[in-house]
Amino acid sequence: MLKDITLGQYFPGDSVIHKMDARVKLLLTIAFIIMLFAAKNMYSLLVGVVFALLSFAISKIPFSMIRTSLKPIVPIVIFTALLNILFVSTGEELFSIWVITITDEGLDTAVYMVVRIVCLIIGSSLLTYTTSPIDLTDAIERLLRPLKKIKVPVHELAMMMTIALRFIPTLIEETDKIMSAQKARGSELDTGNLKQKVKSMLPIVIPLFVSSFRRAEELATAMECRCYHGGEGRTKMKQLTLTYRDLSGSIYTAIFIAAVVALNIIIK
Amino acid sequence: MNVFLDADNISFSYEKAGVNDVLKGVSLSVEKGEFVAVLGHNGSGKSTLAKHFNAINIPDSGSVKVNGMDTGDEKNLLDIRSCTGMVFQNPDNQIVATIVEEDAAFALENLGVEPKEIRRRVDEALKAVDMYDYRMYAPHKLSGGQKQRVAIAGILAMDPDCILLDEPTAMLDPRGRSEVMSTIKKLNKEREVTIVLITHYMDEAAQAQRVVVIDEGEIMIDGTPKQIFSQVETMKNLGLDVPQATELAWRLRKAGFEMPKDILTEDECAKAISRLLG
Repeated sequence: MLKDITLGQYFPGDSVIHKMDARVKLLLTIAFIIMLFAAKNMYSLLVGVVFALLSFAISKIPFSMIRTSLKPIVPIVIFTALLNILFVSTGEELFSIWVITITDEGLDTAVYMVVRIVCLIIGSSLLTYTTSPIDLTDAIERLLRPLKKIKVPVHELAMMMTIALRFIPTLIEETDKIMSAQKARGSELDTGNLKQKVKSMLPIVIPLFVSSFRRAEELATAMECRCYHGGEGRTKMKQLTLTYRDLSGSIYTAIFIAAVVALNIIIK
Repeated sequence: MNVFLDADNISFSYEKAGVNDVLKGVSLSVEKGEFVAVLGHNGSGKSTLAKHFNAINIPDSGSVKVNGMDTGDEKNLLDIRSCTGMVFQNPDNQIVATIVEEDAAFALENLGVEPKEIRRRVDEALKAVDMYDYRMYAPHKLSGGQKQRVAIAGILAMDPDCILLDEPTAMLDPRGRSEVMSTIKKLNKEREVTIVLITHYMDEAAQAQRVVVIDEGEIMIDGTPKQIFSQVETMKNLGLDVPQATELAWRLRKAGFEMPKDILTEDECAKAISRLLG
């Protein structure tokens, strides 16, 4: 049933990576992405690949999940590869037909790009697999807190994200109900051409909108009743605290970054 | 006895003052630790009245005092709301967080309470409504009655002196209703929380210490459940029912049987009938 969807892609577990502070995980993921793009040669890129796979193994998330997370980006990967193969014209020519010339450097860049994108997806999905959406929202709120000084409404954005996450299952359930109600009244939702299909969605979308507005108003009143008055002076029940896990995680990442930098310098 | 909630001759309109008044000069005071049920049919102004006690609505004329604080004064807002919590009809629309315990902590986080203290009070509140075992659940995985109890825990964590409940059982199944009702009664008895229960279930009103009937923005009757429900005709004229047991006793009396006037529960009714039968 629609109701059973998991929010985000959180994959509960109790590995070291799961238990790490979400802020640290987020920052390390960013560091990893930079590391991937800083890698200049085959060997340093290989270090990045090892890092991604090793981290995945530590998290104890089944490797089959990598395939799941890569599936949607296959077209992008192919497109990038083709673009690089076809349009990089420097380097030694391998062969050419008509206007298409393929060079060794083109092939190289294509392979690099593909490896980078794949690793990037593995790394960032590891973050979402091991961190619950609420922790992630929390981490983003805290990391962006300095931006409050330049009047970015950080707390409000985080609150909006939390509420959105909270209401996704509720609205899915409601959509389900409305669809059944409309079907019971004889509306045909899955037949006809595109135009008819879009038209038949209207009786579902309109009630959903109306009820969302009502929900929003009620929720706002309920929040006010519970003394909500913006982010000022707010505390959090769950304090994010840094532990030795976060330190060892950071050191582990730092070693790999150092390896990438070293290999970049040694092997030209 | 000291008065906790005090509405003095209040009028209120959602439009302009004096146009389509929802409340027309209502005066009501509720004492500390009392369990009051407010009855009335749709549009009678009962929810509007409850919102006055939480400073969601401010009266156009007259005044409302909560624990001595005037709701018209902006400065009192947070103090008023932290000593009177409000629970609404639809449990889905009052749960903010994606995890039960996070939601229970919401009010305390807003008030800027120390994290350790929040943890302690959240655990205590969840235990008080028997939802502690579900603290790590996502709200959408819970039943209606459970969600409503989580909402009550969210209020309870503030340790309020009074809880206003606006038809908290209207969207629940019979089981959820009895769960919520027994939670409310327990809080009233054990923690001496003042309860204002707005309902249109007569059986629920019968469990209160005092019943207030409101109609067209005015208080019609105010008394103990026994006093109120013995006036079956008056209630029917106001478009309200009486508990089923009371209704049965009333009909039997009309048919010439000797039934006492103040029957509220099935038990009392059964006893009276068996007495009649000898």
